[in-house]
Order: sequence, then structure tokens, then C-alpha cells
Amino acid sequence: MKFGVIVFPGSNCDHDAYHVISKHVGQPVSFIWHREIDLAEYDALIIPGGFSYGDYLRAGALASFSPVMSSVREFAGRGGLVLGICNGFQILCESGLLPGALIRNRDLHFVCEHVRVRVECADTPFTNELKRGQILSMPVAHAEGNYVCDDETLRELQSEDRIIFRYCDADGRATPEANPNGARDHIAGICNRERNVVGLMPHPERACEDLLGSSDGRGLFHSLAATLAAAAS
Amino acid sequence: MNLITPEVVSAHNLTGEEYARIVKLMGREPTFVELGIFSVMWSEHCSYKSSRVHLKRLPTRNERVVVPPGENAGVVDVGDGWCAAFKVESHNHPSFIEPFQGAATGVGGILRDIFTMGARPIAAMNSIRFGTLDHERHGRRNRALLAGVVAGIAHYGNAFGVPTIGGEVMFDDAYALNPLVNAFALGLVRRDQIFYGRAVGVGNPVLYVGAKTGRDGIHGATMASAEFDDEALEKRPTVQVGDPFLEKLLLEACLEVMRSGAVAGIQDMGAAGLTSSSCEMAARAGTGLEIDLTLVPQREQGMSAYEIMLSESQERMLIVAHKGRERQVVDIFKHWELDAVVIGRVTDTGRVQIMHHEGTVADIPVGYLTDEAPIYERPMRAPETRDEGSRVRDEEAALINEAVGVSSVPETPTLSDTVEGSEELDSILSAAKSPVNASDADHNESFLKLLAAPNIASKEWVYRQYDHMVRTNTAVLPGADAAIVRIKETRRALAMCLDGNGRYSAADPREGARQIVAEAARNVVCVGARPLAVTNCLNFPSPERPEVMWSFSETIDGMAEACLAFDTPVISGNVSFYNETEGHGILPTPVIGMVGIIEDVRRIIQPGFKTEGDLIALLGETHDDLSVSEYAATVEGRTTGEMLRAGRLARLDLKLEQAVQSACLQAADEGLLRSAHDCADGGFSVALAESCFSTLNRPSTGATVELTGALPVAAQLFAETPSRIIVSFDEAARARVEEIAAGLGCPISVIGRAGGTELRITVDGQPAISQRVGELETHWRAAFGQRLQAEALAAAAE
Repeated sequence: MKFGVIVFPGSNCDHDAYHVISKHVGQPVSFIWHREIDLAEYDALIIPGGFSYGDYLRAGALASFSPVMSSVREFAGRGGLVLGICNGFQILCESGLLPGALIRNRDLHFVCEHVRVRVECADTPFTNELKRGQILSMPVAHAEGNYVCDDETLRELQSEDRIIFRYCDADGRATPEANPNGARDHIAGICNRERNVVGLMPHPERACEDLLGSSDGRGLFHSLAATLAAAAS
Repeated sequence: MNLITPEVVSAHNLTGEEYARIVKLMGREPTFVELGIFSVMWSEHCSYKSSRVHLKRLPTRNERVVVPPGENAGVVDVGDGWCAAFKVESHNHPSFIEPFQGAATGVGGILRDIFTMGARPIAAMNSIRFGTLDHERHGRRNRALLAGVVAGIAHYGNAFGVPTIGGEVMFDDAYALNPLVNAFALGLVRRDQIFYGRAVGVGNPVLYVGAKTGRDGIHGATMASAEFDDEALEKRPTVQVGDPFLEKLLLEACLEVMRSGAVAGIQDMGAAGLTSSSCEMAARAGTGLEIDLTLVPQREQGMSAYEIMLSESQERMLIVAHKGRERQVVDIFKHWELDAVVIGRVTDTGRVQIMHHEGTVADIPVGYLTDEAPIYERPMRAPETRDEGSRVRDEEAALINEAVGVSSVPETPTLSDTVEGSEELDSILSAAKSPVNASDADHNESFLKLLAAPNIASKEWVYRQYDHMVRTNTAVLPGADAAIVRIKETRRALAMCLDGNGRYSAADPREGARQIVAEAARNVVCVGARPLAVTNCLNFPSPERPEVMWSFSETIDGMAEACLAFDTPVISGNVSFYNETEGHGILPTPVIGMVGIIEDVRRIIQPGFKTEGDLIALLGETHDDLSVSEYAATVEGRTTGEMLRAGRLARLDLKLEQAVQSACLQAADEGLLRSAHDCADGGFSVALAESCFSTLNRPSTGATVELTGALPVAAQLFAETPSRIIVSFDEAARARVEEIAAGLGCPISVIGRAGGTELRITVDGQPAISQRVGELETHWRAAFGQRLQAEALAAAAE
């Protein structure tokens, strides 16, 4: 199996994602420059955090028009696995691969801290090694992480079990206090209808070692690797 | 053609004598472009003309130093072939004029200084100082400045992708009209891949890379070398606008082109832009440069040679490539969507020769701009203190000291004003004594006040806005004594902190400097690291005032003494003079950036008590050091001026300090310590509370402590005696910890236990403080943000 980490000008969590895949998941991984269009050799793509194209105009807006994103759309259309983290989540929403949008945080400034999220759905290739209701500790670091969508989209996400993570407190309760950015319905991560594209605001790649405060992010990457291994065998 | 009149000379911040020196050196009148070049190269900011004679007294080398001061950043060896490049630099003046962009470009500048050396930045910190948040007249502006500066730092560092992992935020009204913004960055580089800002190799091409040149920031360097007045706010166009996105591309392109082997030398275009980068590169290599300004990528049309040479547009570099490798450099920059253009070549003339449409516009021997730049031994004068008031005060102090067993009386005079009149003298004498009759209720109240004081309260509101975890190396989150990043490729980690104390330095500049170096080293030791080396940022008022120059000189001597004692050479730094507005100077504020090494990340120690029942001990001893302290300011309501007139600074015993630090480190190395925390602002009780408060994955815990001794209760609780560390350990480790301390001559007293939900301190059997830790923590965490929420909303909405 082969992972690809997409690099836009301004991506800055690309090295972190690469490090986790190569060191902690132990799988082959390459960087994919935003002008590349041939994604044939990859089994899973990670769109990392950062400030693609400086996040000018709107976070993720310019990146959605980059050459590589056309190929990512095709890749996802063929059922390829795509994980968008933070800026990657914003890019997926701007690209139309995921519904809704991420707007300025409730209290208007950048927030960087460890938060907790509750696993709402273990039925995706990214969470199948996790348990529904499990609480994960992961950092967030963003200024635009406040998930919004219209009522109909929200009903769809809820009824189709596509809300993957919600912000919660230590006891697993989704409360406004535990929600770092004001996201609607405390949404921290969602998937597309086909369940092969997931976006989330927290950084699982920053939570893969106890030294850094949490190893809870590993579950996502192990799920991904297990899914790919099963598909290959 | 611009005529050079005395007004023009003076507008360039050059004195008549300096201009005469230029004419004499050149043997003719300079051209207008040449005048501009001289003015920035001879500015205080670039030439260090007032500080150079003093800076020579700092220790700058030991066996670990790879690059001493003089390059873009200093470099020390950290083992396994890895080196750390680091530096701190001020961006005070721009941040007052335009807090957001001023602070942002300060971060951008220091990051470029690091990656110019070939090092990838892996950590940033900043030390920022403002007027008090609740000030009657300026409170609103002070809060807005803070909010703007924090937003600017966040904007640049977060987008660039460097974790901002620590620093300090301090308040004193001396900074109301002149805030301080000192930015620190540290990067990692292989020892054999360090690059230098040298224009080596005659015939080698000179390339301009990065952002295009615009008319922004012209004369930023001369602005930063003058006092502020009413016109300062009209200098807005001299503040540059930063683009962290461009800088991130520049970083990746520079590191890639360095790896390619095409680069012979590289230098950041920081203050004074193309002028200083070209002149300094030629000066370091002993070569000359020929540059054609018509080739410089420009953002605006019709820029003059003068404007191109003096522009301080951000995110630009000058590269000297090996002959024949130009194409490769250009291609790599093109990949990162950046300009890279050959604009000249290295010559053997020893001259900087600048061409523009009209022909040669400047032709100056490089040495005139650097070696021949004026050096001033400015007059120095200790403030007059040998008056009646201070003599009596010294005697009084000696009596107090005798009572508590301190023998040393500082010999250095203080910066206090002459005291007149016996009434004032009486009040000063009584003020110098600590209140001894305060009741328990008072102590609890004092304690709560201190925990909520902006200098002490949690700075979560600030560091939450900084991405402090990107690059996945942050092993200790902000809030500990020092921040830590691990070195991924090894088992080692680097600890770092920034420390300054304007109050201490104003009370006694020499002693203040010794203490901040000691505190910085202690902070690094508290997380289990061995201090390695230092960078300094020396923020002072006008050097043209003899009292300021005296305090600068004293600071250097105190710093040199302490740095020698800890074997932590000063490998880089920055001097910022003229920090005064409308005649009001800041407190002399040297800031120390200390970097230490931890050989094994598993040996990291943090401030928080870990296990119920662990013993709590104090390394070091407490004395009656309350008169220049956060207690005097917050609880007794003294202004800094009153404190400086009436108070005296504790005296640091370097031998004792070394014993305390060695004991802490040895116990940490042997794996005996569960926690360690420096006693600093607010004294013992505040440090104890901080050790009780919760951190990630660690709930809060209580503590019960019994203090004894002849000191007043307030001093026991709140005195800021240096050389103290609160440690905790398992009962089973007690004998060994005490043995280590005894062996090193470090006083140790086991004073209590961690556990429960309350923080209780008794003094001589009498309860002094008794509070629920949970409530204390909420109080301490919320205090800062509550004062700032409104400003934050306004800044963010902008």
C-alpha cells in the first residue's frame, strides 16, 4: 500500500503527516506537489494542515482550484481513500468533496489546545479500528474551524451516520464548553456519502506519541492501514 | 538631483561630525544614494556604535560554540552531528507604530536569520512588554497593543509553521509608550551544512531571491535608532507588511537550494535591506560587490536607486552562487514560485559598486561602512545615590540583613532619584521593611491578588493563539519553566526560555543582569536540561544619556559574570537603544534567551506535583526580599518608581545558585525527581500553587506545607529571593536527594507533602494560606483573558 501527502504552497503539517505514516504506521509514503496530476500509484491520500496558498481569499478556497485537486476528485470518485486534516478538511469542503463550510471560530481568534472528541461512527475506513463512543484526545490548531451547514445537510449527515467525530468533555458529553470553535452540532469531523472521504479539524498526526501528550490519533491511521491491507489481500 | 544640506544630513540621523567623517573618508561629497547607505550602515541598529565597546566583554565561546556572534545567528553543537542555530531580536519600534504588522515582521525577520544559516526553524518564543492593562489613561491602548502584537505573532508563526512554544508577557507603565517585542527562533542544522553570509569567490554571481522590492520600510533601520516623538505615528509607511506564506516558500526554496550545493553564501535582507545584506556579505568575505539595480525585481514602477537600496520589503534574500550554477538556483526558486535573478557579481575590489539607469550611483570601499563606522565610548554616569537617604537605607538594610543572616550589601549604586526631605525619608524607611503584622486573612487575600496579577496569571489567553504543536516535537506545552522540543532524529531534546526583569535591572542593572541569567539557567535546569548557551536582547533608552550608558555597561558586566559562571556563552543577540518616547525611557530591560540540552527525553521534569503523598522540598533559602517584587507592586500598590526609590534588590550568590542548580540536575539525572519548579515572581507561595495546578493528562493536586524561620510571614510567602527551586519526590528517594544536596552544598528543607484538594501553608505553626486548589486554578486561569476579551474581538474583527 502507498500513502501520498499532498503539498500545497503553504502546507505546513505535511512533514508531520509524512512522519506518522513512515514512522508509526510503517508504510511507504511520498509527498505530492500541488501541480502533479498522476495519482495512480497511491492507495490513500492525506491532505495535511497548513495555510495552502496563504489561505488568502478564504481558507482552502484557492487550493480547491489547484491541478492536483482535480485528480483528487477523480481519485475519490473511484473510491480512493482521502483524509483531510484541518486545512485539508477546509479544502475538501471548498472542493465540494464534503458538504458544509468552516468559518471563523466562535471567539474569533486562532485556538491551539488539546481537545476531546467522541467517535460517533466506527463504520468508515478511517475509524473501523475505533469504537463508537470512544473518547480521543487530540490537539486543534485553527482560526476557521467552526463547521456550518444548512439544516437539510445537517439532517442528512445525522441520518446517514456521517458525523464521525464530535467535540466532547472528559465524560463524553458534547457541550458548548467542550466545543473549541462553535461548530454546528459540535461537529469535529464528517465523511462523504460513500464514506471514503473524511475531513476533521483536530490533528490526529499530532497525537501519535505519549511524549506529545496523546497517542489517540494512531487509531485513525491504523484503521486506514488495516482497511488497505484487507483490500490488498 | 538631491542636494545634501545639513537638514538632509540630519534627516538621515547622522550628526555633523559623522557627515564630516564620511566626506573625509570618501575624499568627496557622497552621492545621495551613498548618503543613504552610510546612514543605515552607521545607524545604531546596524553598526552597534554605542554598544560595541561594551559587548566585547561578554564571553562568546566555549568548546560547543560553532558560530559565535557576527553571523545571522549563533550556532552551538548539540550532539550527533546536529547543531542549534538561535537568536533573539527586537522589533520594538515598529510594534508600537503598528502592533500587528510590527510584531509579525519581527517574527519573520528572526525566522529568516535562522534559515539563512541553513537551519530549519523548529521553535519560536517571544518576550513582550506593555504598559499596565488597567492604567487609567492608557489602559485601553495597552490592551489593544497587546492584542495586536499577539495576533501579529500568531499570524506569522502559525502560517509559517513554526511552533511558538514559550516566552514571557510582562507589564509595567514604563513600557506604556514604548512596548517591547523581542522575538526568538531556533533551528536545527547538520554541523557540516551550516551556511554563512559571505560573498566569497571572485566572479561568483549574486542573486536576488524572494519577494519583489517595494517602497515599504524605507529607513526602518534609522527609525529604530531614534527616539519617538509625536511624529512617530506618522512614520507608518516605514513599517513593513509581512507575508508568512511567501516566507514559508522562501524557507523551502532556500533549504533546497542549499542542499543542491549551488550556494556559496547567503544573507537575509533584514533591516536596511539590500544595503546591509550586500555590504555585510562583502565585508565578511573581504571582497567587493557589483550590483545592477535595474535587474532587481520591483513591485512598483519608477523606484529610484535610493529607494531600491533602502527598501525593507520583507521575505527577500541575497545569494552568492557558485559560478555556473545560476540556472539551478533559478530553477529551484521557480519551482517554489519565487523570483531569483542575477543582479551582480563578487569582485576583488573591496568596494560596493551600485549601478542604476543613470550609471554608477554608489561606489564605496566596504570597510568605510563597517570597520570605519564610528564607535562611541559614550559618557557614563552612575545615578547619584550617595545621598543621606540611601546611606541610611543601606544601614537599615544591613540591620535587616544581619537579622536574617545575609551579610552582603550591594556595592553598586541604584538608579534611584535623590531623596529630599525627612518626611519622604521616613516613609521610605518604613516601606523598606516588610509588613510583619498582616493577619491570615490578609495573606490569603494577598495570595489571590498575586495569582490574578497580569505578570503572574496564566498566559493561556496568549499562547492558545499560537500554534505551539506544529512539527510534532513539542514535548512540554507552554506554561512550564522552560519549553522543550525534542530532536526527532535523536533521543535528545532542547529546552529554552526567555527571561528579563526590567524592575530588577532598574533597581540595580548589574545585579539584575546576573539574576536574569541565573533565572534563565534555573528555568532550563527545572525541566531537567543542562544550560548550553545564551542569546540576548538588550532593550535600553537613549545611549546619549550617561545614566543609560552606565546601566548598559553595568548590565554587560553582570551578564558576563553570570554567563561565565554557568559556562553559557552569548552566541548571538541584538541591542535596541532609543526605547523612549516623549523623554520617558523604558526600564533597562535585558532579555536572556537560554537554551539547554536534555540527553534523554525520558528525563524531562515538569513543574506539577505528580503523585499524592510525595514529599515537597525547597532547594535554596528564602530571605526578606520583598521590596522590589510583584508583592510590592500588586499587594502594597507601589509604583515602580516608589519601589526603586525605597527598595533594594536581593543579591544573588552565584556559588549558591550553582549548588542549587547542580543538585536539581543531578537528582533529575538520577531519576529521583517527580517535579521541579523555579520560585520567581510572587515568590514561594505562587510557585507552590503553580505546582498544584493541573496540566494536560494530570489533574490538579493539593499540598500541605509547613514553613519555619525568623522571617516575616509575608517574606516567607512572597519574597523573590533568587536561587530557589521547589522539588517533589517519593519518600523512598528522600535520603538520596538530601545526600546529593549536602554533597553539593545546596540547602534543602523538606517542607511538606503533595495531596488532597487544598493548598495549605502554615508558618511557624500558624495557618497562613488555606485555599481550595480548584478555585485557585480557575481564578489564575481566567484573570488574564477577562481583561482582554473585548480588545481581542476588536482586533480579530479588523
